[in-house]
Amino acid sequence: MTSTHAAAPPNGDRRTAKQKIAVRLEPWLYSAPVLILIVAIMLVPLALGVSYAFRDIRLLNPFSGAFVGLKHFRELAGDGAFRGALVNTLWWTFSSVILQFLFGLILALLLNQPFKGRALAQALCFLPWAVPSFLSGLDWAWMFNPVVGPIPHWLYALGIMSEPSNILSDPETAMWGPIVANVWWGIPFFAITMLAALQAIPKDLYEAAEIDGAGPIERFRSITVPFLAPTMAISILLRTVWIANFADLIIVMTNGGPADRTQIVASYIFTQAFRRLDFGYASAIALVLLVLLLAYSMLIVILRQTMLSRH
Amino acid sequence: MASITIEAITKTFGAVPVLHDIDLSIGDGEFVVLVGPSGCGKSTLLRMIAGLEDITAGEIRIDDRRINEVAPKDRDIAMVFQSYALYPHMTVADNMSYSLKLRKTAREKIAEAVGAAAGKLGLDPLLQRRPKALSGGQRQRVAMGRAIVRHPKAFLFDEPLSNLDARLREQMRAEIKRLHKSIGATSVYVTHDQIEAMTLADRIVAMHGGIIQQVGNPLDLYDRPANLFVAGFIGSPAMNFVEGHCRAGVIETTDGSKVAIPDGIQLAEGQAITIGVRPEHVRIVATPEIGTYTARVDLVEPTGFGTIVHVHLLGQDLKIYTLERGIAVVGQPMHIALDSARLHLFDRETTNRIG
Amino acid sequence: MTRKRLILTVLHRLAVLAYVAFALFPLFWLLKVSVTPTSLLYTEGVRLWPSQASLEHYKFVLTHSSFPTFFLNSTIVSASTAVIVTIVSSLAGYAMSRFVFRGKYWIVGLLLLTQMFPLVMLIAPMFKMLSPLGLTNSLTGLVIVYVAFNVPFATFLMQSFFDGIPKDLEDAAMIDGATRFTAFRQIILPLTLKATTFPVGLLSFVSKFSVDFGQMMAAGVLALIPACLFFLLIQRYLVQGLTAGAVKG
Repeated sequence: MTSTHAAAPPNGDRRTAKQKIAVRLEPWLYSAPVLILIVAIMLVPLALGVSYAFRDIRLLNPFSGAFVGLKHFRELAGDGAFRGALVNTLWWTFSSVILQFLFGLILALLLNQPFKGRALAQALCFLPWAVPSFLSGLDWAWMFNPVVGPIPHWLYALGIMSEPSNILSDPETAMWGPIVANVWWGIPFFAITMLAALQAIPKDLYEAAEIDGAGPIERFRSITVPFLAPTMAISILLRTVWIANFADLIIVMTNGGPADRTQIVASYIFTQAFRRLDFGYASAIALVLLVLLLAYSMLIVILRQTMLSRH
Repeated sequence: MASITIEAITKTFGAVPVLHDIDLSIGDGEFVVLVGPSGCGKSTLLRMIAGLEDITAGEIRIDDRRINEVAPKDRDIAMVFQSYALYPHMTVADNMSYSLKLRKTAREKIAEAVGAAAGKLGLDPLLQRRPKALSGGQRQRVAMGRAIVRHPKAFLFDEPLSNLDARLREQMRAEIKRLHKSIGATSVYVTHDQIEAMTLADRIVAMHGGIIQQVGNPLDLYDRPANLFVAGFIGSPAMNFVEGHCRAGVIETTDGSKVAIPDGIQLAEGQAITIGVRPEHVRIVATPEIGTYTARVDLVEPTGFGTIVHVHLLGQDLKIYTLERGIAVVGQPMHIALDSARLHLFDRETTNRIG
Repeated sequence: MTRKRLILTVLHRLAVLAYVAFALFPLFWLLKVSVTPTSLLYTEGVRLWPSQASLEHYKFVLTHSSFPTFFLNSTIVSASTAVIVTIVSSLAGYAMSRFVFRGKYWIVGLLLLTQMFPLVMLIAPMFKMLSPLGLTNSLTGLVIVYVAFNVPFATFLMQSFFDGIPKDLEDAAMIDGATRFTAFRQIILPLTLKATTFPVGLLSFVSKFSVDFGQMMAAGVLALIPACLFFLLIQRYLVQGLTAGAVKG
């Protein structure tokens, strides 16, 4: 290897500045449509919405629009309905997510076994996801109604209820109505993601574990759970945030009642915006919810990072 | 057909250097094999020739035209991937004609080229199938076919046989060699398998740690390895290495045995030496003579044609490859002679060959 | 052992059956209410099937309401949303999957941010922004908004699809003479198309097939038919597509 070139090694890249910029720009060109859409349709309105939180915006009042500073937030601090809604949101979100996840995981495990008619069973079990949220809320409201629905009569026959009444009109039980509807509607989401993750686990791992003498429970603990964990974590996180913001079922089924016992923050925002037409106040609440959800997501992400770095 | 010149090529990924100052020229029609363990930079170098990796410094020329800034599609080269990278949604015929269609070749010409390539590779009955419906060996053939329909300036192969089983690999190896003889195209072939390198190459480029260790024809590398890395990498079973020091005109090994210095080699007193001796060059002799060694047999591995015998000698687990059957019995002593002319001496400091 | 296996099998089938029943019963109830004549709606509200089924609601919905118009509009909006979401999110998903570039994490953060706040918050500002453009009462405006709402999730989905496709395929195409964009269009996109148009596009089709018209269950059932049919078609690909490697060789 004699080196005649040693004095000045030729430059590796002699592209013109223009060509280099084109290369740099390439990923941005692909992302541009999505970015433009999101910025124009979501980010700019979001910023406007955030600004509304500090202004007096009432839709039917032509004199509104003035800057009011932190007035809405001071009001919010003393708003008992809002505090109640916060507690209800926690209740609504976590019971929905936990139940959806649990039943979704079980369904995924059931469907991961080969059996005759599996394709059909899978299609039917996932069907609720195709139903628009509005319609499923309506449907479940009917089913909980003792006049036109069977559920109160079944509960009565089972001895759970002393008389066939509507759980949606009882402040003690009302929240369970939307939660059940939400679980019915949301199981497929978890089942689909978990099933996909399950099918990506190499089968020979199970065979190896079985030969090593691991029973079904041990196999589930030491193979299935670790393989599913990343998918579980991310889908639970996304779902929690999504459900906390998801007011359709509650608005259709109970409209926050009775006595605000099913009012969650998202439905409270809706009420403020569309019943009282007070967009300023509604935006202030939404901003608080956004901050809380961001804090929650950060917490989860940080937890996940520390857990990953420990391993 | 074309020649490829690689000049002072350096590649870093972020701050990690992958290739250092690589120089290589590949002649028109030559079959060059880049060989080395995984991570030695051979695939990166190949991908730089293809245009799939940027060049940090240095220059690559095809027929004296600098191609550093030329997009892969305009380099007029073909590549066979380890994964074959067949387009799953296209039939075999479509896979093979894709490049010609992109070049707007006339329909009749495409049909003709695909037909000719398919004929060469025995793919005629498979032309309408999709990759999913092919066996591993058939997929490999299609990948080759896709490369040869184009009559490119050069062929690049990135470990094309490593996903095949041993039997098929041997068969395809011969086929690639035959194909190269008939087409005569400039080829660069990357592999970690030294037997593939030996059998296919006009010239082998042995690489390690991002540096070219030795370039030469296969038998050169076998007969005169330039350093310890090449000596250990080329040849199977691998070369034995015995460590020792030059003391009073002989080499004294770690267990105190003495090995004569081959003729015409000058060593400094006290110099740290590694002696390399190929298992097939260790002789088993019937009776002890002057200069022979005696050792007990540890292990016998019959390979069918020959036998690998392990003995503990010269402070080493020494392997001996012999064609005589039944000559070694575990636990029995054995007399061994080393041919002075067939010893390879390396300086342990620099790892370079002496003499 | 075989006895235990038999019991397990029976339990498994029963569990699956329970799930199917739970999933289907509300849909059945929808259907049942829709064929119950108004006169019997309250008197026979609890019966599993009315003593007398009729299609009167359907007839009404199809002839005396604006349902057909709504249905048509809904179809147009959903279909265009689906097509645009697929194109736009596959481009972005490809960039996220294949390029290493500064700003990528900002884009991911931006996409996640859009999932964090109630969309109600956007309605008033959006109204304000779109009305000068004359888009407030138009299908075009609706499509644009729906596309924006659906694009973040679809982009993530697309990215995971592309992550499952080996890079060698584009490398091979680029060596064969394609530009990166041609390779994306002719090799990568067709591969994901079967797996993705279905979930990404049609899911937005399904979920946006909103029926905020009429309290009538009949209208609901009618509106549900295409949604359910599509979903039955796609759900298979959804699981397949989410499994990385489903499109490999």
